[in-house]
Amino acid sequence: MGPVSGLGTTWVAAKSDAPFLQIVSLVKRFEEAVAVDGVTLDIHQGEIFALLGSSGCGKSTLLRMLGGFELPTSGQILLEGRDLVRRPPHERPVNMMFQSYALFPHLSVWDNVAFGLRRENLPGDEIASRVEKMLEMVQLLPYAKRKPHQLSGGQQQRVALARSLVKRPRLLLLDEPLGALDKKLRERTQLELVDIIHQVGVTCVMVTHDQGEAMTMATRIGVMSEGRILQVGLPGDIYETPNCTFVADFIGSVNLFKGKVGVDEADHVIVDSPECRHYVSHGITGTPGMEVHIAVRPEKIGIQQSPPLVHDYDNPAELGFNSARGRIHELAYLGSQTTYHVVLDSGMTIKVSKANDARHDSIGLAVGGEVYVWWWGSDVVVLTQ
Amino acid sequence: MLQLPQPSSQTMSGKASGALQRLAERLLGSVGRKFVIGVPMVFLIAIFALPFLVIFKISVSDMEGAQFSDLWIWQDGLLHLKFRFGNYATIFFQDDLYLRAYASSIGFAALTTVICLAIGYPFAYFLARSRPDIRPALLMLLMLPFWTSFLLRVYAWKMLLADNGVFNTMALASGLLDEPLKMMNTPFSLTLGMVYSYLPFMVLPLYANLVKLDLRLLEAAQDLGASPWQAFWRVTVPLSKGGIIAGALLVFIPCVGEYVIPELLGGPETLMIGRVLWDEFFANNDWPMASSVAVVMVLLIIVPLALFNKYQAENAQGVDR
Repeated sequence: MGPVSGLGTTWVAAKSDAPFLQIVSLVKRFEEAVAVDGVTLDIHQGEIFALLGSSGCGKSTLLRMLGGFELPTSGQILLEGRDLVRRPPHERPVNMMFQSYALFPHLSVWDNVAFGLRRENLPGDEIASRVEKMLEMVQLLPYAKRKPHQLSGGQQQRVALARSLVKRPRLLLLDEPLGALDKKLRERTQLELVDIIHQVGVTCVMVTHDQGEAMTMATRIGVMSEGRILQVGLPGDIYETPNCTFVADFIGSVNLFKGKVGVDEADHVIVDSPECRHYVSHGITGTPGMEVHIAVRPEKIGIQQSPPLVHDYDNPAELGFNSARGRIHELAYLGSQTTYHVVLDSGMTIKVSKANDARHDSIGLAVGGEVYVWWWGSDVVVLTQ
Repeated sequence: MLQLPQPSSQTMSGKASGALQRLAERLLGSVGRKFVIGVPMVFLIAIFALPFLVIFKISVSDMEGAQFSDLWIWQDGLLHLKFRFGNYATIFFQDDLYLRAYASSIGFAALTTVICLAIGYPFAYFLARSRPDIRPALLMLLMLPFWTSFLLRVYAWKMLLADNGVFNTMALASGLLDEPLKMMNTPFSLTLGMVYSYLPFMVLPLYANLVKLDLRLLEAAQDLGASPWQAFWRVTVPLSKGGIIAGALLVFIPCVGEYVIPELLGGPETLMIGRVLWDEFFANNDWPMASSVAVVMVLLIIVPLALFNKYQAENAQGVDR
């Protein structure tokens, strides 16, 4: 790792096999409230890590501590084995792309991007060539002379990105990077942004409340709530195997059945709930009689007018399990799919979504109709908390 | 058979009344807009433009006893115009008293403006960064002096600065000085009085500007490697340019023509255009001369102001480009 120049300091990575960025038992307490409550997290070099949570969950405070704008109450932040906490923001090899960008309104695009390099007292021609290269990368070279308010939202976002990358930071922080863009533009920009980050090869921590954004952009996601990280994993892991009801409910939508463990075998468990008996085709760490939640995603549920038969299941043993009768209470036609709200005989309402893969719906599911819903035991998750 | 829709008389009148209504709305709308602009316009014309024209007229007239001569006379089919520019020639070419007074006034006004800025900027910065719940109280303290007459406050400085005033007495008693320091009726007392009187006019626009500053911009500057000091000079100061200019104008312009403070605190040899004006009007009773001095003074202030406005307008145009 070559030295990275910063203002008055030179960043040399300490030689160690420690993770690239280590956050150890980090706590931030404001006067009354605890914003970040003992977060421990390792982030690897070159990954895009997303902190995902609703507003007020502490994700922004965590990011601001990485940038140096908040001082932790306790805990450690180590970047390449070296302590960051005691360094002021202008001496950290870390740059941040602020929410709604915080571009300098009195400076042109060029001067905004050059601002950080000028603080390093680099020779003028090096500054010019680096700014030019960066503006070319974000396709804003023709706009170099404009002021930020003369740019569209998407262009401003790219200026902010260029400004935070031009100093070649060891760590890039993104605070709701696309929050200020409209939906269509946001979807296009997500991949563009990932492209540029990979091209530069910078390690990146982003904060977002938009699960779609986190899923699309991040290599790993940490779901936060009330100052704690509840689960860290690949986007697919977080969605398919959430570790608690909060994560299951926060990411996408989910049907949660409350029940008690009836049979606990090594290769399967049976859970009894008022709606139906659940056959789960994997073992869990639990005991018979334990209260658990069974989580089933709406798209993993089948819906039809007759009871499911044995060949509908992947395991014949599931016949008689994982199925319930109900009545369609409401349906929402969304074009590519339809979401059915089904009131089961027990009174519980569940959501079932079905892809509209044929143009004509021949099965005639309509509001008020009696239906059977069913799912595979391999598609459910048992949540103990 | 085709039935053609016949316009009934009722719909016709309906249409007509609709058009009438629209016309009325448009007229009223434009009247309303004109009224809103018109009130300050009439005010400015009555309070500023007309008196200025009167003064200009006096400045180019002759005194005929207690009366001013007419500027034009219609006689035997001939129009006699009579504008006397001799006073302006005196100001610019004959008596250097006036130009020296202008220069000295501008010098004192500029010095006052610079000192007010040097004191007022940190002052306003502190106000803008103070806890929001104590801000109204601090602003109140800033306004508090206005509750006492301006004249009384300037007189108070006379008491404080006099040879046997509060400061000298205290310094003598404590042995700090052996003999009283001459402070009254010096450029020092004059500048002090003007800075004291005009400081709030610098602080208020600066405060209004600084309180709106987006603090995330300072964080962004620091994030990009600027020390807090650099962030201040590179971000805060350029962004408060509007406040600095507004405050400087509010201090500079009245200071140029200031009369009361030089009269009470200035020395006998301190030349200020306000005092020259007073002398011309009320000691010499030479109203045309005094009016000429006043016209030149107004032009002296208006020209840089107009240039500044033009610059602002050009900047604003850049926004839409």
